[in-house]
Order: sequence, then structure tokens, then C-alpha cells
Amino acid sequence: MSSTGKNVETALERQKTPAAENAPASPTMAVVAPAIGWLIPGLGHIIQGKWVRGLLLMVSVVCMFVLGLKMEGKIYAFNTGDLLDMLGFIGDLGSGALYIVSRALDQGSGAIFRATADYGTKFMIVAGLLNVIAAVDAHHIALGKKR
Amino acid sequence: MLSPLHLSHFAAALTFAIFASVVFGITQRDTPKDMVRYGLYCFSLFIGGVIVAGWAMWLIKH
Repeated sequence: MSSTGKNVETALERQKTPAAENAPASPTMAVVAPAIGWLIPGLGHIIQGKWVRGLLLMVSVVCMFVLGLKMEGKIYAFNTGDLLDMLGFIGDLGSGALYIVSRALDQGSGAIFRATADYGTKFMIVAGLLNVIAAVDAHHIALGKKR
Repeated sequence: MLSPLHLSHFAAALTFAIFASVVFGITQRDTPKDMVRYGLYCFSLFIGGVIVAGWAMWLIKH
């Protein structure tokens, strides 16, 4: 086999190794991907070329948050009162732009009268927490810890 | 203002399980096949937990 052929073969083998597959996109991406993924759910994956994963995450988080709003759930504002209210705020904040826009439009501020409205509150908190998990996943992909 | 939506308890639990399982599957596994399997595993645990808890509450009441 010629030396050029060997070089091509070696290069192809190197591409197949896990280390090469998990190579980090860029150090900047490791910061930008989770930040943008937090602000707009799923976008951290989409900008790294993981379209299907990103869209599925986006649909899941956005649908959960919007369903929570439609179920007349409560959105927590920043507060230093009750501990559970503070935890609720942290959970809601995980939704990024969804939380900011909803607060700006004065959504989710009504009193809770039904059990399903309380479920709506939990839907929005969990949507925020799931979005944080998705943002961390985008960070791991950018670092090369995950394909 | 969004129009209100009134889901039943089971429909709410089912919706919750679907979306949470999708996120868990994608974020906790590396390959697409494993993602689907883990998502389905989480979904079955969510729904199984709901059914078991429902029957437990029924038994406590009766």
C-alpha cells in the first residue's frame, strides 16, 4: 500500500476513535450553548447541530410551561419570604425567556381555586428544572463529554 | 390571556410523564437507541407510579 493510502486510512481510523468524536466544539461554545439553551429551551442543542434533540427539548419544555399557564398555575416572583416560594421562583426562573415574557405579560398571577391549577404551578416549575437539565446537557456536548 | 384548560388528574399526570420522559431520555443517555429506551422506561415508571398510588389511595379510603 502506498504511503498516501496509509495516511488516509490512519486519518479515517483517528476519526472513528471516541476521543475524536467527543472533541469539544470550542471553549466559547461551552459557555454560549448552556446560556442560550437556558434563555430559549432547546436552542443550546440546535446551535451545536443537534436539531432533533433540540426541537424535542424545545417542544417539551415550552408545552409544559404553556400548559401550566393554561391550567391557571401561579408564576412565582422574586421574594425573600416563604422558603417554598423562593424555591418556586428558582424553578420558574429555569424556563428563561418563557418566565421573563410571562411575568412581563402579567400571566400566572391569579389566585389558585382548583387542584388542576396547582398542577399547573408544578408544571411550570418542572418545565424550568427540566430546562436547566437540558442546558447542562448542552454544556456537556460542547465540552465533548457527550456526543 | 390564555383560555383556561381543565385537565383531569390522570390526563395531567400523563402529559407530565410524556414531556418529562422526553427530556430525561435525551439528557441522560448518549445514543439515540438508549435515549428512546430510557425515555420509555421513565414513562412506564411515571405511569406505573400513578396507577399504584391511585390504587393505594383507594385502599386507604376503603
